[in-house]
Amino acid sequence: MTTPPEPKGAPCVLLVDDDRDFLDQLALRFEREGYTVITAGNEKEAGERLAERLPDLAVVDLMMDQMDGGFTLAYRIKQLDPAIPVLLVTGVTAETGLEFSRDDRGQQAWIKADAVLAKPVRFEQIQRELERLGVRHV
Amino acid sequence: MSEPNVLRVLVADDEAGIRLGVRRALDGMRVPVEGYGDDFTFAVDLAADGEEARRKLDEERFDILLLDHSMPGRLGMEILEDLRGREGAPLTVMITAYASLDMAVRATKQGAFDFLAKPFTPDELEDVLEKASRHVVSDREARRLAKERRQVRFEFLSVLAHELKAPLGAVEGYLMLLEDGILAQDPEKTASVVGRCRERIGGMRKLIFDLLDLTRIESGTKQRQLGAVDVAVVVARVIETFTPEAERRGIELKTVLRGDTLMHADAGELEIILNNLVSNAVKYNRDAGTVTVRVDGGEPDRLGIAVSDTGIGMSPEETARLFGEFVRIRNEKTGGISGSGLGLSIVRRLARLCGGDVTVASAPDEGTTFTVTLDRDTAASEGGTP
Repeated sequence: MTTPPEPKGAPCVLLVDDDRDFLDQLALRFEREGYTVITAGNEKEAGERLAERLPDLAVVDLMMDQMDGGFTLAYRIKQLDPAIPVLLVTGVTAETGLEFSRDDRGQQAWIKADAVLAKPVRFEQIQRELERLGVRHV
Repeated sequence: MSEPNVLRVLVADDEAGIRLGVRRALDGMRVPVEGYGDDFTFAVDLAADGEEARRKLDEERFDILLLDHSMPGRLGMEILEDLRGREGAPLTVMITAYASLDMAVRATKQGAFDFLAKPFTPDELEDVLEKASRHVVSDREARRLAKERRQVRFEFLSVLAHELKAPLGAVEGYLMLLEDGILAQDPEKTASVVGRCRERIGGMRKLIFDLLDLTRIESGTKQRQLGAVDVAVVVARVIETFTPEAERRGIELKTVLRGDTLMHADAGELEIILNNLVSNAVKYNRDAGTVTVRVDGGEPDRLGIAVSDTGIGMSPEETARLFGEFVRIRNEKTGGISGSGLGLSIVRRLARLCGGDVTVASAPDEGTTFTVTLDRDTAASEGGTP
């Protein structure tokens, strides 16, 4: 999708979601915070973006075309660089009643993400998670 | 839960001879019921008096009750009264010592299904039980269908709620961007956000209109305005509607007319059918593609309308699901395309209402053709189920 020019030193965030509106809204907010924003509408596109540039942070939707697209993508990002914080956002709880949590010890072992947030998610929640993870702000 | 083809029968009579006689007759009896492959058989339980019968009826579930009218203390009639309107109550056949009209009328008023006058022959017993079995089975079938309908309705409403929530959430998100001043300095971004909001609201409005169409067709409350209609005129009107969108994407809209295109039909219904098909043919086409609407009036009683595109096409798995409600084919190629997911479901219902049907032929990356065949006189087919 869009790859805006990179301001020097600006942190780069990769946003992945098949909900175009949520993706655009998140992109506008991150841009406003001074981030360089890279977006992808599915797992495949995200793979292509990752090949071009490694982001400093990723926010990934859990359920895209493939049921567990977000999990595998989070795993791939962590393989590329375990230091990149990955936030999973998911409407899966509202849609299926399944609950995921990073606080659950059993799930910590296999969810390769630093935080899991349930949709609808407000930007402030994402900011709070980033602060908690010690991600530097602009 | 008993086996499906075994009916549970309780025989309540204070005469031991009747109880044992009935049991013996029922043990080997097989009753055919129309629409079921296997015959029905009976599992028999006995009650020697009214109290025992009441207890068994409270504790277990029976399909049929053979109830002696003249047990001591007039318990027969009391039990019948108790069972009235009770959930899952058995079908009751009264056994009477004498067949009096007065008795029959009273028992029927109290909810008895039929009665048997003592002494009765095994043949008479079999006749009554055959009738009762048919009734029990059709009753069960009706209940099962009602349950299925409730389930379908529930699923429909769940998906509908989700489909309505999605655009609301999107618009709310954009409003919050505006509220938080995220776009304050950027008129271009603001315009794009407002445009997107209008798009989502437009989609939601389309969904609601489609839903109303669907509900009217399904409930049979849709007023049909039947009259002489030239399909060619309806096609021309629909083509005109989609011309701006097609031109933007360099898509050519073609019409091919053959034979007599006059029908006796509801022009509004034809327009809904064509609108949905042409809309899809444009939406799912490639840029610079072609949409062809063919009207084939070569036959005297039937008329065919085929809408073809040169677009992304579908796999056999996708076409198989296509006509269901809220089915939208989701893949990489359909990513940016919006729709209510009700259009083709409406097309199919309307085609059936007009005595016809709709079929689809498609190949991935080559294109799709929807073919609707209709009765030339759709009034004659009004009885059809949509």
